[in-house]
Amino acid sequence: MMEDNLGYLLAAFAVIWVGVLAYVLFLAQKQRQLRRDIDRLKGMIKKEGQS
Amino acid sequence: MRSRILLGVTTLLMLAALYMVFIYVPTEAETGVIQRIFYFHVPLAWVAFLAFLVVFVASIRYLWKRDKKWDFIASSSAEVGLVFTTLVLITGSIWARPTWGAWWVWDSRLTSSLVLWLIYLAYFIVRSYIGEEERRARFAAVVGVIGFIDVPIVALAITLWRTQHPGPVIFEGGLSGEMMATLMVAITAFTVLYFLLFTERVSIKKDEDEIRRLRASIGG
Repeated sequence: MMEDNLGYLLAAFAVIWVGVLAYVLFLAQKQRQLRRDIDRLKGMIKKEGQS
Repeated sequence: MRSRILLGVTTLLMLAALYMVFIYVPTEAETGVIQRIFYFHVPLAWVAFLAFLVVFVASIRYLWKRDKKWDFIASSSAEVGLVFTTLVLITGSIWARPTWGAWWVWDSRLTSSLVLWLIYLAYFIVRSYIGEEERRARFAAVVGVIGFIDVPIVALAITLWRTQHPGPVIFEGGLSGEMMATLMVAITAFTVLYFLLFTERVSIKKDEDEIRRLRASIGG
């Protein structure tokens, strides 16, 4: 019984860390997208400045 | 810089919490090892309540000032709160299975918690359906204010109604010194984690808005 419950305990902890990690990865992906957008905008501004 | 400090503090506190939960704190005599879920389940719920309180305050500020900064704060906090509420429901369900013999029971605490999750899910559904920025923020703020009504209902459900969920052991002296210390460290760790995720999300929202503005100004 105790060992069975240990499985539940570990499952709960796994869920917490997978959940938090998934959200952190989601934020990191958003940040990567922002960096790409900033680079694109910089390129556009540079082009406008040259023309 | 602030993010790095928060990340460092969160990491140290989480390591301390893990040590205390798995090594330091004694096993609870009645329910055994499964009770250790408590030290993460309760802090997750506390952080969810805190997140929704921030949504409530920021939503009122938005409706009053119409400054989109408050919409960024409210929606960022709602997002983190929804993630934490999801984890509360799942960890609670995992804890319930060996303790009550069921993954879910429709008692007042569990049902009001599920309603809370649905309210903040609706908050994002409302946001996704409204294209116009100002209108979206206004409607979401209304949901953010009204939705908060469920938070005290969830908190008080275990004292107002007879439930299968354990009573308010924290406030009734039902925890030993070691248990209380472990809970406090875990609550602190998750609170700092909330502020880390929340500030990052607000910062991303502000940057996205700035990029949208710049793109519009150069016609991109």
